[in-house]
Amino acid sequence: MGKFIVKRLLLSIVILFCVMLIVYTLMHCLPTNYIDQQARQLATRPGNTKSAAEWIAELNAQYGMDKGIIAGYFTWMKSAIVGNFGNSWRWTLPVTEKFADVVWYSFALGVATFILQVLIAIPLGVAAARKQYGMTDYTVTVIAMVCNSLPTFFVASLFKLVLCVKLGWFDIGGMISTRTHDAMSPFMQVMDMGWHLVLPTLTIVVVSIGGLMRYTRTNMLEVLNADYIRTARAKGLPESKVISKHAFRNTLIPLVTILGGSLPGLFSGALVTEQLFSIPGIGYTAYQSMIVGDIPFTMFYLSFISILTLLGNLITDILYGVVDPRVRLS
Amino acid sequence: MSKKKDASYISARDSRKISKFNRKLTKKLEHDRKDSGKDPALYTTTMKNPNNICEFDNVCTYFFTDIGTVKAVDGVSFDIPKCSTVGVVGESGCGKSVTSLSLMQLLQRPTGQTVGGEIRFNMGDGKALNIVKLPDSKMQQIRGSQVSMIFQEPMTSLNPVFRIGEQVNEVIELHNPDMPQEDVKARTLEMLELVGIANKEGVYEMYPHELSGGMRQRVMIAIALACSPSLIIADEPTTALDVTIQAQILDLLENLKKKLNSSIMLITHDLGVVAGMADYVVVMYAGRVVEKGTADDIFHHPAHPYTIGLMRSKPVVGKKVDELYNIPGSVPNPVDMPNYCYFRDRCEMRCEHCDGKYPPEIRISDTHVVSCYRYFEDGQVMDYPKSVNVEEL
Repeated sequence: MGKFIVKRLLLSIVILFCVMLIVYTLMHCLPTNYIDQQARQLATRPGNTKSAAEWIAELNAQYGMDKGIIAGYFTWMKSAIVGNFGNSWRWTLPVTEKFADVVWYSFALGVATFILQVLIAIPLGVAAARKQYGMTDYTVTVIAMVCNSLPTFFVASLFKLVLCVKLGWFDIGGMISTRTHDAMSPFMQVMDMGWHLVLPTLTIVVVSIGGLMRYTRTNMLEVLNADYIRTARAKGLPESKVISKHAFRNTLIPLVTILGGSLPGLFSGALVTEQLFSIPGIGYTAYQSMIVGDIPFTMFYLSFISILTLLGNLITDILYGVVDPRVRLS
Repeated sequence: MSKKKDASYISARDSRKISKFNRKLTKKLEHDRKDSGKDPALYTTTMKNPNNICEFDNVCTYFFTDIGTVKAVDGVSFDIPKCSTVGVVGESGCGKSVTSLSLMQLLQRPTGQTVGGEIRFNMGDGKALNIVKLPDSKMQQIRGSQVSMIFQEPMTSLNPVFRIGEQVNEVIELHNPDMPQEDVKARTLEMLELVGIANKEGVYEMYPHELSGGMRQRVMIAIALACSPSLIIADEPTTALDVTIQAQILDLLENLKKKLNSSIMLITHDLGVVAGMADYVVVMYAGRVVEKGTADDIFHHPAHPYTIGLMRSKPVVGKKVDELYNIPGSVPNPVDMPNYCYFRDRCEMRCEHCDGKYPPEIRISDTHVVSCYRYFEDGQVMDYPKSVNVEEL
């Protein structure tokens, strides 16, 4: 087992190296360029003596962008390995500091969404499978289909219209109640932030729940038709035990793949939803950095996500062994 | 103008009508079954013959499918005497397995329902239970302890994620809730040894995928016998195994039956297996029993043309034939059964009576009963198998 993990980790390093090279190359080829914009701004300043082209050359040298893609990548990597990701161009802060500032909003959003998803989708999927072609099944299927086909911006707008504008229960965007937040006690401040996360969480849950529900239902149905379920019934086990012990334990095997794969999702932020509700999370920040061509921040964000994805895959493989003895390594 | 009628074609309107009817009917049947749990008088009965462990009396098990009602088992009657082996033979789809699943109440509900007849199961204290009316909670107490089942597919019949020991323990714990943990384990190890597993301690800790097909079937037998049931249903227990293992498993079953004083209902389409093991044989065709009797009756004096055809189509060692006999024609469509003898259109021995309704059971000796008009004059005519009219339910 230890050997397997070490092997996988070494392989992950190679994959990470290649992924980051691709990302770095893409960032260089982006049509938007932070340095060009800065140079043009500086050139139009009053009292400026240099031309835009001179400014570009100077800034490129300053930011280390004059070495070309390969050399530039290795320079970035050399400092990244020791944990120095540089300063963000867009936010004029060290990259890691900005990241630490904003990631927790997204993490809270991600965790809340993940827990709600699992708690709602899996039981509903199991219930639908138990009563296949019954009323429960059709209801669940219709809900799953509707949720699956709604775009995020539509759900968000709908919630905003009904719950914010008409009923006035929530603020339309932001993380805090701007006027009253500072006057609150620390506990109420946290509650206030939580309250502002309700709508984004609901939006993501509604949009993403259908897939997991259908997936659980399909896998449960497959398991329920298996011979060993008939054996369990033939032993005289009550139906509830057949489902919760014999069937569910086997349904877990495919579910683990999906759930293990959602680890990066907890940290990556919800780009569209955060944008719609103006939540200063990592999805929002990363988007803002990308549109101005902030290479250090984007590189850090994407390498972080890549590492989490690779870790997620490794965890999935390990969990596979936990839930399924057939793939366990001796 | 004549319209060509295609049995497998069904119009959208008919399909809707059928689904609506099925939904209504199965809902009612499920409801009735729940209701029967309230009053034990509804499901307790007495055996016709106390020496039988189980009596099937005109059992009708139908499947309410989207293309119509399939009468998979339609008026099947036979007895399983105590401490004996009853072989049920017939071709694929003739209702052998459905008969046994009706007894276990393991049909795919709500589609599959036992709509008529009685399955009387001897509880040993002078009382008997009618399995057809038995509510789920009572059935769960009998399953695995009084009557247990060995399935056809040992490769997939054990749960892949639990250890062998755990799976055998489970059934013992379930039916002996007061037994201490060590005794359960001791009993499991004893069972594993009984079914001929030499490395019992090792196998106890193993997962199903670490065992071969024959070993898994032994474990299945251990699970089935763990609570010393009075009836063991073996549904083609050796079909998935190779011939040497097949013989070992059958020997094992035979020995264990004697040790535990159980009866075996052996379902198979292998006539050789039946000849070797069964005391009584029931021959089924298209959901009905066409002939039943002792093994000697069936193998040496087959009376029904179908049984005779089966015997002729079996290769015999030492006998050289150019081409093995096969029964001409095919089974009638199960959705739309004829109202005359189901075998008439394939039969080579038809007589004038055969155009009439489905033949009754005719007793031609003390033990031998056949459903064929050829014995109408000689034998003692008994009951006709009775279908259930689903429209009236």
